[in-house]
Amino acid sequence: MEWYLPVIWAALIGIAVAMYVILDGFDLGVGILFPFSRSEAERDQMMRSIAPFWDGNETWLVLGGGGLWVAFPAAYAVIMPAFYLPVIVMLLALVFRGVAFEFRLVSRSKTWWNFAFVAGSAIAAFAQGVILGALIQGVTVRDGAYAGGAFDWATPFAVMCGVALVAGYGLLGATWLVMKTEGPVAERARGQAGLLLLAVLIFMAAVSLWTPLAIERVAARWFSLPNFYYLWPVPVLTALAACALWRGLVRKYDAVPFLSAIALFLLGYLGLVISNYPYLVPPSLTVWDTAAAPSSQIFMLIGTLVLLPIVLGYIVFVYWLFRGKVREGESYH
Amino acid sequence: MDFDPVLLARIQFAFTVTFHIIFPSFTIGLSAYIATLGVLWLRTGEERFIRQMRFWTKIFAVSFAMGVVSGIVLSYQFGTNWSRFSVAVGNVIGPLIGYEVLTAFFLEATFLGILLFGFNRVPRGLYVLSAAAVAVGTAISAFWILSANSWMQTPAGHEVRGGIAYPVDWLTIVFNPSFPYRFAHMLNAAYLTTAFVVLAVGARYLLAGHFLEDARTMVRMAIGLLVILAPLQLVLGDLHGLNTLKHQPIKVAAMEGHWDGSKPGDFHIFAWPDEKNETNRFAISIPRGSSLILTHDPNGLFPGLKSVPPSERPPVHNVFFAFRIMLYIGFFMIAAALFGALLWWRGRLFDTRWYLRIVAHSWWIGFVAVIAGWVVTESGRQPWLAYGILRTADGVSPVPAASILSTLLLFVFCYGIVFSMGIYYINRLIAKGPQGSAIEESEGLPSRPLAAAGRAAGEAM
Ligand code: HDD
Ligand code: HEM
Ligand code: HEM
Repeated sequence: MEWYLPVIWAALIGIAVAMYVILDGFDLGVGILFPFSRSEAERDQMMRSIAPFWDGNETWLVLGGGGLWVAFPAAYAVIMPAFYLPVIVMLLALVFRGVAFEFRLVSRSKTWWNFAFVAGSAIAAFAQGVILGALIQGVTVRDGAYAGGAFDWATPFAVMCGVALVAGYGLLGATWLVMKTEGPVAERARGQAGLLLLAVLIFMAAVSLWTPLAIERVAARWFSLPNFYYLWPVPVLTALAACALWRGLVRKYDAVPFLSAIALFLLGYLGLVISNYPYLVPPSLTVWDTAAAPSSQIFMLIGTLVLLPIVLGYIVFVYWLFRGKVREGESYH
Repeated sequence: MDFDPVLLARIQFAFTVTFHIIFPSFTIGLSAYIATLGVLWLRTGEERFIRQMRFWTKIFAVSFAMGVVSGIVLSYQFGTNWSRFSVAVGNVIGPLIGYEVLTAFFLEATFLGILLFGFNRVPRGLYVLSAAAVAVGTAISAFWILSANSWMQTPAGHEVRGGIAYPVDWLTIVFNPSFPYRFAHMLNAAYLTTAFVVLAVGARYLLAGHFLEDARTMVRMAIGLLVILAPLQLVLGDLHGLNTLKHQPIKVAAMEGHWDGSKPGDFHIFAWPDEKNETNRFAISIPRGSSLILTHDPNGLFPGLKSVPPSERPPVHNVFFAFRIMLYIGFFMIAAALFGALLWWRGRLFDTRWYLRIVAHSWWIGFVAVIAGWVVTESGRQPWLAYGILRTADGVSPVPAASILSTLLLFVFCYGIVFSMGIYYINRLIAKGPQGSAIEESEGLPSRPLAAAGRAAGEAM
């Protein structure tokens, strides 16, 4: 019991984070693509395609962070202080883009809230990428507490990951628009998705080369011998997902690009998990070092197993309810 | 620069949590009001109910957005600002917050989508049901977070090993001694706060001679609710205080400005507590009033502040004055509600202009009472973070003061913008009033294309 509880929890939190990245990823991505739209009517249409969903999407962030606290308090207590500044900047960016949904609608001049929406989306995505990149590079821990400085996270690799995530969310957002809108917005998104796919592939290649070269345990994980036999499908599947996305764009399928973009994200994510498991705070704290008391993990696990399916049920219901494409000129509320 | 990181972390958290609680105080009550209007609409089919429901939903959307984003900030601040606290008590209150996410936040956030965007897509019943789901979600959210907070005030059902709290009995943890009182008092506070806003908006329209039919409904519904809830809050608050006396006697001593426990306590209508000389100045008091309230005996004794050394006392001024602000607002609410009911009974409610003018200007009092109440609770808990388990100074994160200070300034700046624009927009929505769009929309067929909604949004701009 004691041995596998933390593993179950690591998997659950992994799922929550993946859900967050995909779901909030596409609505942040729509924000990132906002500046390339041509008119207020187009922006209304883009907003309309994500407005019923964004709040629920962002709740996965609360579940991810809250879940980390519930199941691995010691990891939560190291990660949050270590990334104090980027975390707070991300939260403030989310504040601005969150209120922009409603404020933009009731304000006379939309310019400022359009700006808040774009800047908030892009900064939040960038900060998340930076946090991820810096976490992979490792965190200084002494006596179970963070022992580094306020700017330890500011490395070239982390900045690259920040830019990569902006491109990645942009790809999710563009393929979402291909699926959920029509007219010029969808057309433009198709073009953007192609460019962003290229950028994402370059970034994925860069991370895949950089991490094993710079971090020995990552190289050992991937290139040592029996592991290599099991792990080679990951890059192959990634290439296949990228091809499917491309074909979907060229053949003007609606849903294929978005689904392929999700697959691409999940594979990239799987790659990171493979590189770092069982560390929650590389290079020192594992899932077992940081686990909460078994009684706490069990209490929450029971609730999660009952409640999460119900939650997923009504989330699916709402996506189904708002199915179909948002037309040109179709606005909000 | 030599700042104390503990103090800065406290100021930052106090600022962000105070900002946050403004919105739940309103959205918990308003969602329930919106759902009630929806049920009335379903049952009577009357136009005015759906018109008002749509009107308040627009205001709700703006407030809710601010509540959500400021809440997300808080949930991460446990880790960024209070990481040692997160480790020391995470085993116990982490799961309470986890349950809040799973039972409440997803429910609110998901059905909010239908409430805001589904009017033309779903049948009436489901639309109203979504409003009810949001209302229930907000109340469940209050349940869990107040359970967590109450556990920090009156911990129970745990054991401490090596400075870390471990759960022993979950039922005792969730229903810890101060939780039932705090939950009832806070939920009622949210309904009172909202009722005063609704009353003020109705009174404003009556005075201006606009939207008279809607204004009358608002004023009647608000007064009807307040007549019951305002006196109830006094009873709940009294019981809450008696319970606190059992578990946190020094907090009560600070609330009462009671220094010397060997004498019965006077109730100070006003006083200036002098912490250095351990006495009150300029006191206007009801002799033995506090003893009568707290022990039901004019000669009853209860512990005074002097019974513990100064380092164990909470900041007396905060607690003392905040308590009085809450109390006086409570009495004002009771008076306003009863007087309104009297006018209603006499048939004068809608033309007693001086009364309408007063209530039209008191929309904010509930918010101030809520914040004051929380200052009593939280400042009164000092110097403990989790009462008897962890001191505030030991709960802080290993983060340099400069980081905390710069982000504090950033919070003040950003929240200042968001808050003032939010208030401005809400005021403008209120000035526009319940009109136009809802009438035309309410005739709409389910799953009709959203063109009408587009027109409505265009009008709102
Ligand atoms: C008495 C009620 C109450 C209290 C004391 C708090 N909240 Fe709150 N919170 C709510 C009542 C609420 C709510 C009614 O459920 C909200 C407010 C408005 C809203 O939009 O939902 C909400 C929103 C909200 C959200 C966003 C939920 C979403 O994504 O939909 C988070 C993460 C938190 N809160 C977290 C906190 C934390 C960490 C608190 C304590 C320090 C806290 N809240 C105090
Ligand atoms: C009318 C007389 C009232 C009395 C006697 C009263 C009593 C109390 C007491 C004793 C506490 C502190 C409990 C503790 O920390 O252990 C408290 C807290 C609080 N009060 Fe009041 N109160 C009154 C009115 C109000 C009103 C009108 C509101 C708001 C509309 C309000 C909102 C709050 C809130 C939000 C808290 C903090 C949360 C809590 O601990 O419950 N109170 N009140
Ligand atoms: C939502 C209404 C709340 C308000 C307005 C409020 C207000 C405050 C204030 C004014 C302080 C500073 C106290 C001082 O330093 O003297 C504080 C501190 C704190 N509160 Fe609350 N509080 C609220 C709810 C909560 C809840 C629900 C929790 C936890 C579940 C919580 C946890 C804390 C923590 C961790 C601190 C920092 C440590 C401290 O200074 O005691 N608060 N809060």
